[in-house]
Amino acid sequence: MAEISSAAMTGLDERKPLHLALPAGLRCASPVLVVLLLGFLAPLLTVAAYAFATPRTFEAFSSFTLANFATIFNPANTVWSSFAWSLFLAAMTVVLLAIVCYPIAYGLTRLFGKWAGFVSVLFVFPLFVSENVRLYGWVLFFIKNGVLDGTLKWLGLSGGPEVLYTPGIVLFGMVYTYLPFMLFPMTLGLAMVPRDVVDAAADFGASRFMIWREIELPLAMPGILIGALLTFVIAAGAVAESQILGGQTIITVTHDIETAFTYSQNWPLGSALAVLLMVIVSGLSLFVMSKLDLDRILGRR
Amino acid sequence: MILVSVETPAHERDGAALAVLQLVGVRKTFGSFTAVEDINLDIYDGEFLTVVGPSGSGKTTLLRMLAGMERPTAGNITLRGMLINDVPSNKRPTCLVFQSLALFPHKTVGDNIEFPLKVKKMSRAERRRRALELIRLMRLPESYYSKNVTTCSGGEQQRVALARALAYDPDILFFDEPLSALDYKLKKAMEKELKDLHRATGKTFVYITHSLEEAMVMSDRIAVMRAGRFVQVGTPDEIYSRPANRFVAEFIGDVNVFGVKKDANGGWVFEDDGGSVEVALPPGLADAREAAVVVRPEFLRFIDEPSQASNAIKGTVYNEYALGSRIQYEVRSGDRTLLVELSRANAWTGGLDQPVIVGWDASDAIVVKG
Repeated sequence: MAEISSAAMTGLDERKPLHLALPAGLRCASPVLVVLLLGFLAPLLTVAAYAFATPRTFEAFSSFTLANFATIFNPANTVWSSFAWSLFLAAMTVVLLAIVCYPIAYGLTRLFGKWAGFVSVLFVFPLFVSENVRLYGWVLFFIKNGVLDGTLKWLGLSGGPEVLYTPGIVLFGMVYTYLPFMLFPMTLGLAMVPRDVVDAAADFGASRFMIWREIELPLAMPGILIGALLTFVIAAGAVAESQILGGQTIITVTHDIETAFTYSQNWPLGSALAVLLMVIVSGLSLFVMSKLDLDRILGRR
Repeated sequence: MILVSVETPAHERDGAALAVLQLVGVRKTFGSFTAVEDINLDIYDGEFLTVVGPSGSGKTTLLRMLAGMERPTAGNITLRGMLINDVPSNKRPTCLVFQSLALFPHKTVGDNIEFPLKVKKMSRAERRRRALELIRLMRLPESYYSKNVTTCSGGEQQRVALARALAYDPDILFFDEPLSALDYKLKKAMEKELKDLHRATGKTFVYITHSLEEAMVMSDRIAVMRAGRFVQVGTPDEIYSRPANRFVAEFIGDVNVFGVKKDANGGWVFEDDGGSVEVALPPGLADAREAAVVVRPEFLRFIDEPSQASNAIKGTVYNEYALGSRIQYEVRSGDRTLLVELSRANAWTGGLDQPVIVGWDASDAIVVKG
């Protein structure tokens, strides 16, 4: 009896179900892994393959040429200018947002007290409405005979400024749209500055400016950097602001990519542009991050 | 009404000391809550004064007012005769060592210590020289100058915080329980180091703690605080041997406290249900009907005959606790629990649950208000 059961046990061991052969960690991670492989890596590889396909064909994986990149770098074309606009606007957005958000973040962490939650909700609220709808709202506000212009005329004044369809309004739109993405990481960063440490610096007679430069800013820097990087990466791919508010006075690189995939049905060129944008943005981000000693900023040297 | 006895400190009796910091009728309220009430105190030049009280007694609020981080609701704080109620902390020649130490986590040990010197716009070379001097004074290795402060141990961070405070060269140093996060052994060592530092620098130290034991070791004077008021201000010896009331007596540590009242003949008897036992007490509180008797465990002993001491209580040994060089016994007598402390040489050998007679002399008892 005992022999039989032990033999049965051994038999069971040999026919161990397949799912037990995988370690528990891998089994738990497999759903995410499948989603990432299918939803993230596969499209990325497809785009990369299209970037090296024969122009104006759908021969991804079956042809290899650098013709698409040659088109982009051909000085006779103006594609480089859309790259320049995208990166310039993204950089300006980051700079302006850093200046605009710092006082708000400071207020949220230090001054607003019990109102901080309410103010945060006000800043998040616009995200509940589609970006395009909000941008068309601004168009209605700034357009000739729109909210601003119309009201001023009704009041007997000369009417509003003609800001619509200029590069300035595109930048305004981007600052407006991406504000929460800078504000909240920055608020988190400022919240990480211990109150005692600021009080101690003041106790030693340090001026407000010195406390800001020597204590507050370096200690809040991780949050500020994350906010800056996040906004730069999203802003570099912005398209709606230039299309809706800018009325195509500015062509961003994302617009070029969209056009290549839709009107001109040139998927290889669109893919090449996308790959190039990806390389530039990720390269720039990694470069900035390597220049900044995050461990030192976080006090983990 | 709480009895407040303000003793004259030894160095003032010598006639040399000056009040560097004076508090007159200081009060602080937060909304309807009164954190500090009617505080009057002179802090003398060069003394080590400790304010001790349980959490919520208002000691930290008092310290924050002294350091300029809170404004008193009423009363005056004067520094060398100058009213400083509304002078913010960065304009006061005082410095607070925080409970959290508040070191700058992104700076090196050297940069932390140099911060107050940088504020004073001292040259880089001079700053470095001062910082290294202080690092040596704190008995830290000089290589720590360029070490990141977050990688230092608890005790080392303590020393860095002290060095940084000394670099500021303040008139008065305030301490908000800076030793509370350290383990027992390190805390004991730091207490002595702090007292040595006080001698070496000759500065006025005002220290806040909830541990009267800590206060006893370090202080020239102790102010015991309860519910926003001072209960007693005096030297450690005065606090220990002449506590103003039951609260102070119990705060110091293990004590035997008995409620007593006057009987018809004018003698004291135990108040509780342990039977109407007459108690022999030293004179004091002649006009009171009720009082508390405080007897420290080391004044209690085991006796063979009740006649061998002026007071005797029968009981049984319930438990014993070894305290190193001394042993403490818990003796139960009816509802009463007595603590008897003997030196190891005189240890009780009779075992637990044995009947004993606990005796003490009237002269060792302290009579305080109940």
